[in-house]
Amino acid sequence: MADLWLQFVLTLDATLRVATPLIFCAMAGLFSERSGIIDISLEGKMLMSAFTAASVAAMTGSPWLGLISAIVVSVSFSLVHGFACITHKGNQVISGLAINILASGLTVTIGIALFAQGGQTPFLKASERFAPLILPFADMLRSIPGIGVIYAEVISGHNLLVWLALLSVLVTGYVLARTRFGLWLRAVGEKPEAVDTAGISVVWLRYQAVIIAGILCGMAGAYLSIAHGAGFVREMTAGKGYIALAAMIFGNWRPLPALMACLMFGFLDALAARLQGVELPGIGLVPTDLILVLPYVLTVVLLAGFIGKATPPRAIGVPYVKER
Amino acid sequence: MMRTSLPQWVDIGLLPLINILAAFVVAGVIIAMIGENPFVALMVMLKGAFVYKGALGYTLFYATNFIFTGLAVAVAFHAMLFNIGGEGQAAMGGLGLGLVALALDPVLPPLLVVLLAIPMAAVFGAIWGAIPGWLQARRGSHIVITTIMFNFIAASIMVWLLAGMLMAPGQMSPETRSFADGVGLAQIHTIFNAMGIPMARSPLNLSFLIALLASFGVWVLIWRTRLGYVIRATGHSERAVIYAGHSPQRIIMITMAISGALAGLMALNEILGVQQRVILNFTSGYGFTGIAVALMGRNHPVGIILASLLFGALYQGGAELDFEFQTITREMVLMIQGLIILFSGALAYMFNPVLERIYAHFFTRREVLGDG
Repeated sequence: MADLWLQFVLTLDATLRVATPLIFCAMAGLFSERSGIIDISLEGKMLMSAFTAASVAAMTGSPWLGLISAIVVSVSFSLVHGFACITHKGNQVISGLAINILASGLTVTIGIALFAQGGQTPFLKASERFAPLILPFADMLRSIPGIGVIYAEVISGHNLLVWLALLSVLVTGYVLARTRFGLWLRAVGEKPEAVDTAGISVVWLRYQAVIIAGILCGMAGAYLSIAHGAGFVREMTAGKGYIALAAMIFGNWRPLPALMACLMFGFLDALAARLQGVELPGIGLVPTDLILVLPYVLTVVLLAGFIGKATPPRAIGVPYVKER
Repeated sequence: MMRTSLPQWVDIGLLPLINILAAFVVAGVIIAMIGENPFVALMVMLKGAFVYKGALGYTLFYATNFIFTGLAVAVAFHAMLFNIGGEGQAAMGGLGLGLVALALDPVLPPLLVVLLAIPMAAVFGAIWGAIPGWLQARRGSHIVITTIMFNFIAASIMVWLLAGMLMAPGQMSPETRSFADGVGLAQIHTIFNAMGIPMARSPLNLSFLIALLASFGVWVLIWRTRLGYVIRATGHSERAVIYAGHSPQRIIMITMAISGALAGLMALNEILGVQQRVILNFTSGYGFTGIAVALMGRNHPVGIILASLLFGALYQGGAELDFEFQTITREMVLMIQGLIILFSGALAYMFNPVLERIYAHFFTRREVLGDG
């Protein structure tokens, strides 16, 4: 029984680790999409910043410089997206796809040129990564039956970026619901004409939204390569950007429900990893492939309106043309 | 689409060329930044794509994939539907084809198996396209998101089947057993050699001709049939279609089914033409490239064939880069592809104002003079 409890707690711990990049990206998508800009490019921006973070950390030895440059690179890709969709009123889906494909080509191309290791970055030493933060008394409290393990495993031992991800949900919720900027942002995604009539720049608001999305994707990428992992491997995002997009839709473009969806998807992922090759009584070998596909299936079912209704911002995907 | 005052030859001829050029210039700058000579790289790619023995065959082989996936994206786009699901539809096409071949090749003659398997690729692709179509038409879910999700679902199904019940016995990699001898499409070089015309070995096979036929079929469908007219009308104004007595929802589903069927046919080239067994990830991004191809080809079959040739050359030339350079690999092509999608898709009209000004400067004045 104690063993089963430990297994469960460890799965929860893994859930949080797996969910962290999803949370960052879901919040990024939320900012962008609430302002009316579809962001398929979460995946590409995360990949690009994972690569940048690992490369810079490997070259300078500083995870902080890695994180900062990851954010800079991610934001510049956001600006490309903004330039195409806001300034030139290009198709937002096409622009996002272009960025994703560009990122998967660029990371390997530059990676080989820099390190000559087949597109990987060198293995990072502990000092070049964000270390787990062991909270006070973690080891002492571990011996308390039941709850001690939760404190020691699930709450303590995470790196800074995990906490930042959780914090980003609170900040996103606060900014959207309680600040003037958030009000404008929501308005520009629903009815840009109204914002324009009020004398507020639609273009600048949307640029701000995609820049924030870039910052958050940069942290997601840095988490993957220099906090959770110890270096960059090609295609290391492996569709997480799309899962985050799905989680955001699942959360109906709202921060807290999106967080819940991220945690649920993270839990499915952690569960699948734990059940790999495990035979359960009555079920037999657990089909982990089918667990991993659940987020996508659930999103389709949700979008079809079978479990609640997804209501995207009304002006999403439509470039704003000022009336003359 | 943005309105433009430019004449057609600038709009469909010059502008795409300028956009491609912009993509190549940026790619060239990146190549220079990683310390290689972009002009040398370009020469290597051109030679690799056209000059070396068998190179052209490989280029056309890759182009075949892009014609199918490009047509798929284009057909959907005429109804203003954005089909990002080419990957999944092609994978399912391969599955349908494979299931027929694996089930029937012990009992039926190879030719019959092939003739039964080909439509199955289209049918499976069509189903995988029609479901998101149905979801959009009847349940209002966004086709972009659902097709992306369907790509992942298809990929998982393929892993599950190919590493499970369809996996060849005694095999470690996720793939089926090989089809029986003769279950496949003849390769062009063997046909030519049999006729006494020497031709270098390449994977180019009969599906290239099927792709050309499909292009002609799409042209007829879109511009010469009533259905095609309604598809285009649906893209412009659903209300007009309803007034004309059609159901836009039905049209959306039919269009997505046709689109999926075309993407599914891509499996002919890879599975029936070369592998003669179903392998994992044989779609390797061709579905996504189809989006670039359709964008560049302006959703017209002729444009799509031309764009497919360009991408075929890029893929084959990119493979050559791998051999010649230490620091450049074929992922470079992915980068160029991303840039092409960016410039000819999202930034398609960036150069429009400049061109309009130049055009106005040179041509309108001459007309005035001509009048006088």
